[in-house]
Amino acid sequence: MRAAFFGEVHGNSIALESAMRDAQRRGAEAIYCLGDVVGFGPHPDRSVELLRESGVATVQGEHDYAVGNEKPVAGTCYTNPGEERLARLDHDYTLEKISPGHRAWLAALPRRISFEHQGVRYLLVHGSPRRQDEQLWESSTPEDLLELLARDADADVLVCAHTGLHWQTALPSGRVVVNAGALGRPANDGTRRVWYAFLDTEAEEPFSFVPLEYDCERLAAQMRAEKLPSEFAEAILTGFWTTGLDVLPVKERLRGRH
Amino acid sequence: MRRQLPHDRALGSLRPGPHLPVLGPEMAILRSPSRVPARTGPVPEGLVQLRMPEVRFRFLDALWIQVTGTRCNIACRHCFSSCGPKADQIPMMSAGQVDEALEEGRSLGMRQVYFTGGEPFLHPDLPRMVRAALRLAPLTIVTNGLLIDDRAVEMILEESRRTRYSLDLRVSLDGTTAEENDRVRGRGTFEKVSETLRRLGRAGLSPLVAVVEHEGIVRAEARERFLQFLRDLGIARPRVQFQSLFRMGREMRRTHGYHDLGVLASAPLLSEVESRLPCATGRAVTSQGVYTCPMLVEHQSARLGDALAKSLHPIRMNWDTCQTCMLDGLHGSN
Repeated sequence: MRAAFFGEVHGNSIALESAMRDAQRRGAEAIYCLGDVVGFGPHPDRSVELLRESGVATVQGEHDYAVGNEKPVAGTCYTNPGEERLARLDHDYTLEKISPGHRAWLAALPRRISFEHQGVRYLLVHGSPRRQDEQLWESSTPEDLLELLARDADADVLVCAHTGLHWQTALPSGRVVVNAGALGRPANDGTRRVWYAFLDTEAEEPFSFVPLEYDCERLAAQMRAEKLPSEFAEAILTGFWTTGLDVLPVKERLRGRH
Repeated sequence: MRRQLPHDRALGSLRPGPHLPVLGPEMAILRSPSRVPARTGPVPEGLVQLRMPEVRFRFLDALWIQVTGTRCNIACRHCFSSCGPKADQIPMMSAGQVDEALEEGRSLGMRQVYFTGGEPFLHPDLPRMVRAALRLAPLTIVTNGLLIDDRAVEMILEESRRTRYSLDLRVSLDGTTAEENDRVRGRGTFEKVSETLRRLGRAGLSPLVAVVEHEGIVRAEARERFLQFLRDLGIARPRVQFQSLFRMGREMRRTHGYHDLGVLASAPLLSEVESRLPCATGRAVTSQGVYTCPMLVEHQSARLGDALAKSLHPIRMNWDTCQTCMLDGLHGSN
């Protein structure tokens, strides 16, 4: 089986469209989205439409929940007053722009998707199996905790997103945890590429990460036209995160510029 | 009259309203700040009839290990646990005790380990304990930074290289001038901590600088000032975290303790606030047992026994210190 896993779309419909084409070219029989379809990006309806029209199975992220239910965004990615202000501006924009039908779709998204293939149980969540907004970073999530999370959720393979940085680990038990990364913004590595996870069950290393070039200039232009915070477009164009840095574990933080 | 602090303003919104249960005459006295003796500790039984909110235990996100007990190389005037060079009310932990705490934390799904004191860099076995922690989980060392010399920096770099987990430092700095910082942390500490921060910056490291909101420091206004100060010291990716002043320990003698005991009982405990409380997501281990949180390690009433596994139960917010965490939970941001 071949399948693609998209994390953190965040309104980047341009990258989403490119990624869907890319995954199909690689022979993906299924595409899954790990949530946070909206938030940060311009024209939130466009990403929702792409997913709905293609029937992409999607789990709910905390932004999807908040927009779907017209509530404030939970979680702690933005931990200082300046960033909270940006996040509020952005959330208000998304609430204003999303169409009622898509809002209802976001509200109704499941918190988890599970399936079995060749006796392997896969579980897809946004943050973690126990918290929609739990951040599973590579350098700050103990292996023993991952074992507990996967075991308690009856998963052999746990696929998550939420943090924006992709990584995977094979646990001593044989279970696998994959963070699919983000289509919505680059990986804080100074390049404009975004990433998604690809599964090929016949390959020696079943999960790999796919870097994706897309028309980020067009995205940045849309962000500017929609008067979204300039910090967001800067991250898209420079490849280095400009916001949400406080929650990065120090190892990941030191790899970025800011 | 005491100066109004930002938290006091938030506290105003929580003051007992008409829905507050009927209080006895003693409580009425306690609610009058002008007549309240500054106090801290558990709310005495019999005196207060209010039922404090209960906090469910959620996950072991934070395992606080007080490796050096109350032993510290300085005696900050605002320290919430009266640590100092001669403070031995809580003894140092042995490396074996730390290993046991780590092992127990591991089996319970801990996310993050914190080494605290006192001053962790006073512990002769710190490098060994750091390595033991990093075999299992990410580690933050909560430090005043004064003992971080070139050798300590080398140890930090080496241990960071060896592990997939983050090794972080949380360095205390309570001002961007000697006058502002040394007022609470002691004469000469500003220069020494600045030197440590330069040293860490030269090594490419970025400690999380922890700032206590003592007089004059308000997080929303001070954040950029501290970030710029750190950039000027050569730290390329400055990080700062503001912390509330806990009015207990030595701070209680410097200024005052808590007054308004009605606050906690009158406010409903919202789920998003509850999830941010340290006692919902962590426990503190010392050489004397397991405690509800790192703030209350000097309070026998907050001792939950010897075993971490048996301490993960609901906590009633019975200490007046809990007000500060409650308000932090309401604010949510750093």
